[in-house]
Amino acid sequence: MIELTHFQVLGAALFAIGLYGVLARRSAVLILMSIELMLSAVNINLIGYAAFVDFTEAQRSLGQVLIIFVITIAAAELALAIAIILRLYRNRSTVNADEINLMKF
Amino acid sequence: MASLVFFYFAAALVLGGAITVVMTRNIIYAAFGLLTSLMGIAALFLLTFAEFLALVQVLIYGGAVVIVIIFALMLTRLDDFRQLSDHKGWPLGAAAALALFGLMIAAIVRTPVNTGPREGVSFTVMGESLFQDWAVPFEIASLVLLIALIGAVVMVRRSDPDDGANDDGGPN
Repeated sequence: MIELTHFQVLGAALFAIGLYGVLARRSAVLILMSIELMLSAVNINLIGYAAFVDFTEAQRSLGQVLIIFVITIAAAELALAIAIILRLYRNRSTVNADEINLMKF
Repeated sequence: MASLVFFYFAAALVLGGAITVVMTRNIIYAAFGLLTSLMGIAALFLLTFAEFLALVQVLIYGGAVVIVIIFALMLTRLDDFRQLSDHKGWPLGAAAALALFGLMIAAIVRTPVNTGPREGVSFTVMGESLFQDWAVPFEIASLVLLIALIGAVVMVRRSDPDDGANDDGGPN
């Protein structure tokens, strides 16, 4: 029998993997992919709560509505991030996050 | 019991794809790992009776996000596709990720939640919630998406006239 805990632990594991990717990867596109994984981890948590928590149906539907908002914001963030990466590649000929140090103090 | 098997199958897809994204040396494998992971999440949506979200997940992530990411990979730096190297401080990153995971597990274990049986939310209830209670945030979200896409187009457009000498695109 599946429990809420299954979804919570899976979401936590996926979030930790995404955090590791953001910290350890050097390619800006791979960092972006790791951020997408972290956003999806939030979605797993939300769908777990929407399906298992002991509330009324109208209240549980809020979980699914929030997932729609998260997907929307993720799409907007992805479009902007890809635009920034392409612009960066055109100006600096690199997408390596280590070499992008123009604003480093 | 069958649902538990299905859950572990979907969880293996999600985690296997995610580990491929953060571990592989070949960047195209990373893109397909991301696709696998996101489709596993669509399977989880099906498991919790959220058919609409599963459809949206497959359409938006499988159909749009992964394609756009593969485009970005193709347009940037083809030469080190197979020789990805990680940041020198990756053990520190792994330690931070593990510490956060431990913290979240502790929070999950210690927080009591009143759970009920696994139930879906009907289409009607979700639609009413989205378009009546959350209509204004929904419209704002669509505005955010529109502004972000226009901003992306403006950002990648060649605006500098000196820069346009080797421009092979259309008029600015």
